Amino acid sequence: MSEVIVVTSGKGGVGKTTTTANVGTGLAAMGKKVILIDTDIGLRNLDVVMGLENRIVYNLVDVVEGNCRIKQAIIRDKRYPTLFLLPSAQTRDKSAVNPSQMVKMIGHLKDQFDYIILDCPAGIEQGFQNAIAAADRALVVTTPEVSAIRDADRIIGLLEANEIHKIDLVINRIRYDMIKRGDMMSSEDVVDILSLPLIGMVPDDENVVIATNQGEPLVGSNTMAGKAYQNICHRVLGREVPFLDLEKGVSFWTRVSGIFHWS
Amino acid sequence: MIVFKNILKRKSSREIAKDRLKILLISDRVNCSPEMMEMIKDDIAKVISKYMKIDTKSMEIQITKTGSKGRSLKNPTLYANIPILDINTTK
Repeated sequence: MSEVIVVTSGKGGVGKTTTTANVGTGLAAMGKKVILIDTDIGLRNLDVVMGLENRIVYNLVDVVEGNCRIKQAIIRDKRYPTLFLLPSAQTRDKSAVNPSQMVKMIGHLKDQFDYIILDCPAGIEQGFQNAIAAADRALVVTTPEVSAIRDADRIIGLLEANEIHKIDLVINRIRYDMIKRGDMMSSEDVVDILSLPLIGMVPDDENVVIATNQGEPLVGSNTMAGKAYQNICHRVLGREVPFLDLEKGVSFWTRVSGIFHWS
Repeated sequence: MIVFKNILKRKSSREIAKDRLKILLISDRVNCSPEMMEMIKDDIAKVISKYMKIDTKSMEIQITKTGSKGRSLKNPTLYANIPILDINTTK
């Protein structure tokens, strides 16, 4: 049985693509057969985050328009043999594909993969409608900021209106030091406002930037964000994993940087 | 007003964000502006006043989610809190 997961947020820049790359890579590392689909037509980015930008020949729009067979457009990941990417088109726009074409295409992929993960574009227009059309469940990514939470709330309403009821929340870029001094909403605050089950809390970790620079997802690595994404993967598979103690990680790094400051 | 501002200052930015969002999302979810709420309130006051004497100044209405668990967007509820001054209906 394959599961189609859409990663969405409403607001841009909260970490949809990073989440897609890391959750997909993590599930593949756990032995699942996974395909990541970049649905952000015109602004493709999942390929660079995955470090696969040099391998693209055909893209999503080529498949939909019948310029190539779906197998020709799918790229195999360089690290995990069970991980694949269907890149988006860079020179077209959202109107090049419609929701029924997405449903049809994903229908062809369902018997070949355990997980089909869709990276949704920002906004609530056609790109969003395309991305959610075939989804069974959604991961809504937000940050502990007023604007991101407001957009997430709107997105959740739209997902429910489109009969997607299995929705989980990923809170990204959490800074425990700011929460501690009362300058950032905690994950409890965000869950309280959005009333969604929490599937992941990802700390604001500079290793995410480093990993993106290198085109290597950091899931499973010995970093706070790497561990957080690893835990999200376990929870996607239905396993119960305790949430990371973010305070521990942050205070450790604060201590380390503190040493450098004093010397 | 100054006292009010001082209270706000003492609030952490986290609490301010949370309070702002809670109010914002209620109006976002029901797609109902504060002006419209004011109009609904006035109309309700008019109708009830036909039958009994009410305290229109301290009455309040709000739209809330039913139950605390889940989002239950499908069942928002209009709560009206209307103090009655005289229940004598036979005029």
